[in-house]
Amino acid sequence: MVIKAPDRITYTDGHSFCPGCGHGTAIRLIGEVLQELKLEEDSIIVLDVACGGMPIDVWRYDTIEAAHGRPVPTAVGVKMVRPDQPVLAYLGDGAAYSIGLAETIHSARRNDNIVVIVLNNCVFGMTGGQMSPTTLQGQVTTSSPNGKNMESGGATLDVVKLLSSMDIAYLARGAICDAANIRKAKKYIKKAMEKQLNQEGFSLVELLSPCPTNWKMTPSRCADHIKEHVTSIFPVGEFIGKEGEQV
Amino acid sequence: MKGNEALAEAVIRSGCRFYGGYPITPQNEILEYISWRMPEVGGAFVQAESELAAINMVLGAASAGARALTSSSGPGYSLFQEGISYLVAGDIPAVIIDVARFGSGIGEISQGQCDYKLVTRGNGHGDSHLLVLAPCSVQESVDLMMQAFPLAEKYRHPVILLSDAAIGQMVEPVNLPEPQTVDINRDAWTVKGCKGQDESKKITNVFYYMDDYNSYLRDKYQKMQEEEQRWESIMTEDAQLILVAYGISARVCKEAVRMAREKGVRLGLIRPISIFPYPGKAFKNIPDSCKALMTVEMSITGQMAEDVRLAVNCRYPVYTYGTGIKVPGSSDVVRYASDIIEGKIDKEVF
Ligand SMILES: Cc1ncc(C[n+]2csc(CCOP(=O)(O)OP(=O)(O)O)c2C)c(N)n1
Ligand code: SF4
Ligand SMILES: [Mg+2]
Repeated sequence: MVIKAPDRITYTDGHSFCPGCGHGTAIRLIGEVLQELKLEEDSIIVLDVACGGMPIDVWRYDTIEAAHGRPVPTAVGVKMVRPDQPVLAYLGDGAAYSIGLAETIHSARRNDNIVVIVLNNCVFGMTGGQMSPTTLQGQVTTSSPNGKNMESGGATLDVVKLLSSMDIAYLARGAICDAANIRKAKKYIKKAMEKQLNQEGFSLVELLSPCPTNWKMTPSRCADHIKEHVTSIFPVGEFIGKEGEQV
Repeated sequence: MKGNEALAEAVIRSGCRFYGGYPITPQNEILEYISWRMPEVGGAFVQAESELAAINMVLGAASAGARALTSSSGPGYSLFQEGISYLVAGDIPAVIIDVARFGSGIGEISQGQCDYKLVTRGNGHGDSHLLVLAPCSVQESVDLMMQAFPLAEKYRHPVILLSDAAIGQMVEPVNLPEPQTVDINRDAWTVKGCKGQDESKKITNVFYYMDDYNSYLRDKYQKMQEEEQRWESIMTEDAQLILVAYGISARVCKEAVRMAREKGVRLGLIRPISIFPYPGKAFKNIPDSCKALMTVEMSITGQMAEDVRLAVNCRYPVYTYGTGIKVPGSSDVVRYASDIIEGKIDKEVF
């Protein structure tokens, strides 16, 4: 099987994700969706400065690299100026749920017509693997060396529980761990973009994703870990706005 | 019109089509006025969840090609720092209004001029300086607002309009200018979708893609120094003491100069209109008659005095009449200036 990169993504040029990193897969999925929906030349993407900021140099979509945790309000500013163009914010769990949690929730509360893709690798990848709000209980990180627990790190934040009472267009969670899940994750991204095109409002798609470097696991161990453990804490599926093509 | 409302109308007439802000006294009238006026002209208004969100929305809107603005006061301005620093690093033009109020910490809603250091020295991490314009009347608020976006675009740099609570609440007659509009697709660098283009636009720190950013940024500030110094000088030619004041305090000082001269005390006034770049050129021809300079400002420590000392190269003593939360009284200014002239004051700070 030949996997062809989307036309506007060049992995060779400046791409510096670690081997096996989920970001590489996630940005390919975004690129494929934009290409299939013929939105590549019209879309504006807003990235975070964390590991998910690297695509600015490997893809050719009009892109803003926002300040850490601010891709969502930055995307809202873009969307309000260009309401007829697709706007997508792509950011990590630290950005979306820690420093930028207020911005994430308020954008959902306003039901802003944007797509937010959160790559949840349960750590602060870029800064060396410290714990994030989604770090699992017991998980060893560089800032929870004895394993995260309630005393040292508080509860584990589940965006589905957080946003499920909200009047938003779409909420889904996928996992980057095997072909079937990756295909499903792509459908979620596509559905979110379609909802934006239909002016339905705020969509958030979380992607559970490996960070082999900071999890200190091989890429294949990461995949098993996501399937066996991470998805048991963070179930995948569509939680709001299921209607439309069944995924 | 009331100062804040006239300024808000000027925001609309200057072609601004995106406003995101968070309420804070004494600038609420700006946000409230724009909330109904912006939709009338087809622009976007958001009451943001915080100043942090607001400034980052402005960054997005400006990157997408709109004239974009936010406004706040002291505590909210502190929260803007992150975004302001990035507007500078990204070469993104935008305008920020600070209607200054008094005090550090949670501050005080009444008038003050304590944001001087913040707007001239602050503005977040990095070598961030913004062009700062400080009006002293309702009309001048409107006139400077009309210049703010063209200046921001000339330099691809954020611009601050520094008003204060007194000017914001003051009611004065005002001539409103003709409305301007701009095309959001006018600039090549903004994000608009990469239609028909092989390459895409990238908004990030411009120095990632520049060989000599040091020279680039220095040259930009240098050009501002050369071309954007603005001030008004009143009766400085034969002055025994020159007052230096901006904003509301400058109005008081104009009256003080008139009163002093009636009594035979020769005061003059330099009123900076741009406070960054500081109008050093105004201090080039200080007459031999001048014994000292004295800033009049509503801060506790004389925040502007440092700039005056630099402008006169420490060749003259620089005193401060700093009133903090109170608007200075013109007769008190005359009295204090006369005491300095007579050698009765030895401390340079009030
Ligand atoms: C205001 C601010 N605080 C902290 C940082 C440092 N920082 C950069 S990325 C990051 C966390 C990244 O975690 P996440 O958002 O989950 O992205 P990941 O790298 O894991 O994909 C932090 C703390 C920063 N750039 N700006
Ligand atoms: S540190 Fe983790 S998230 Fe960052 S590039 Fe490496 S694997 Fe990916
Ligand atoms: Mg992360």
